[in-house]
Amino acid sequence: MTGIDTLTLGAEEAGRLLESGELSGAELYAAYRDAIEERDPELHAYLAVCDDPGGDGVPIAIKDVIGTKGVPTTAGSKMLESYVPVYDATVTAKCKAHGLRVLGKTNTDEFAMGSSTENSAFGPTRNPWDPARVPGGSGGGSAAAVAAGLAPWALGSDTGGSIKQPAALCGNVGLRPTYGTVSRYGVVAFASSLDQVGPVARNVRDCALLYSIISGRDDNDSTTVEVPAVELPTAEDLRGLRIGVPRELNDAEGIEPGVRASVARALEVAASLGASVEECSLPRSVDYGLACYYLIAPAEASSNLARYDGVRYGLRSEGDDFRSMVMASRHDGLGDEPKRRIMLGTYALSSGYYDAYYGKAQQVRTVIKREHDDAFARFDVLASPTSPTVAFPIGAKADNPLAMYLSDLLTIPSCMAGLPGLNVPCGLSDGLPVGLQLVGAQFSENALFRAAYALELALGFDPVPTRYRS
Amino acid sequence: MADITRDEVLHVAQLARLELTDDEVTRFQEQLSAILGAVSKVSELDLRDVPPTAHPLEISNAWADDEPRPCLSLDEVFANAPDRDGDLFRVPPA
Repeated sequence: MTGIDTLTLGAEEAGRLLESGELSGAELYAAYRDAIEERDPELHAYLAVCDDPGGDGVPIAIKDVIGTKGVPTTAGSKMLESYVPVYDATVTAKCKAHGLRVLGKTNTDEFAMGSSTENSAFGPTRNPWDPARVPGGSGGGSAAAVAAGLAPWALGSDTGGSIKQPAALCGNVGLRPTYGTVSRYGVVAFASSLDQVGPVARNVRDCALLYSIISGRDDNDSTTVEVPAVELPTAEDLRGLRIGVPRELNDAEGIEPGVRASVARALEVAASLGASVEECSLPRSVDYGLACYYLIAPAEASSNLARYDGVRYGLRSEGDDFRSMVMASRHDGLGDEPKRRIMLGTYALSSGYYDAYYGKAQQVRTVIKREHDDAFARFDVLASPTSPTVAFPIGAKADNPLAMYLSDLLTIPSCMAGLPGLNVPCGLSDGLPVGLQLVGAQFSENALFRAAYALELALGFDPVPTRYRS
Repeated sequence: MADITRDEVLHVAQLARLELTDDEVTRFQEQLSAILGAVSKVSELDLRDVPPTAHPLEISNAWADDEPRPCLSLDEVFANAPDRDGDLFRVPPA
């Protein structure tokens, strides 16, 4: 078969074509490799492209914080530039066991720290809808690859919004699963009480399908638990679904009018499909969420990144004694953002400041969790914009870390509570995708898939970037 | 909780084993002060009697059987090592 259009082909559909014999695995893999060759020099979604690993299934792209045996895994950092894992992450192994063929490793902000993929030590990724703009981050590589037809689907990782926010900015479907449903074994750690691996896809059913492949308890990650069976969504209506619309997530300062309008329209569509849509409140979760996150995540990062000491793996710089070797290696190997977060986290955990910063942040985390628990006593799903803005120009926030941190204002609260959240595209503003965030109670992924699927059908968003349409 | 001083930046950098250039010290002093100003917001709330949350799931101890399992070979373990001396990682003298 010739003329495979990777811009429109979904993963489930690709699987069907393989199964029926209309398409061979090699043809399909080659089609994506051609697309990468054609469009990735401009976008830089991939850090490395693999030689065809064999297998007979649908190809997949993997974020470069996820370990792949024999294939460099850099986490977007000079520190790990020459690191080649000797084992597969559990999620990589699960994909391979399903016959999925790894296309390559996608770009990320260094150690997944960032909201634009500009913090990659290997250069930024560009947004397929407008190459002058960022694809979001940290998983901008995976989101851009899926949007530009350089992969039918991809794996991402999410600590405070790194799957959902790039999915919003690139117009694809991304799920940050419930904490504990997907193994982190073999994944480069950032903030361990928050990190989750999840799927990025062209549509909701593909997203659910990939989630079913990667989720489940893993003996190698003791934070994982048994996961309810994944149901691929089929219903076209939303009868019986109770949608809460938290004021603070929908009226937050900085939400662009075009984003607001697009989300409001999606909620009207949800009501017309039979859902009840009612305003609600998360009084402190949004106001205090960002502060809570930017204490807890850096604190955990400062501990996790202590392992990069030039001893066992990673970059080593010269030093006369052990301490100066370690300090020089960390200076040379780590970029600005990881350094900033290590400093912030170390400060927040240091003697004299622990109670005032880290201790307080942990208590605020309880407040956030309780507010969400209360909301889910009344609602099945909470809806809001995923990102306050559409994709912003490359460089716009590069010198202002605090402004960059605000990109995750709306995704962070539910991450703190360990809740699943899904981005589904809901329209365009100034020709750029707007994402609707749906958040559910822990382990309610099936409800999110159902809600997002019916909305996807009704909204009819075309995920092919305008400039690629023929 | 106000601005972080230059000495504090240097102290924290030592704790974190991070060598910093003078420029980095200046930049981080300014940026960390701004970030700390923003995150200090957590101290506004009355949090008496609120327990801390360290982990979002209600699970505690995950037990594993105390049995040997297959693990990486030494050559695999050392595959990414900057410097190896037999079965040891070689580093400069302490």
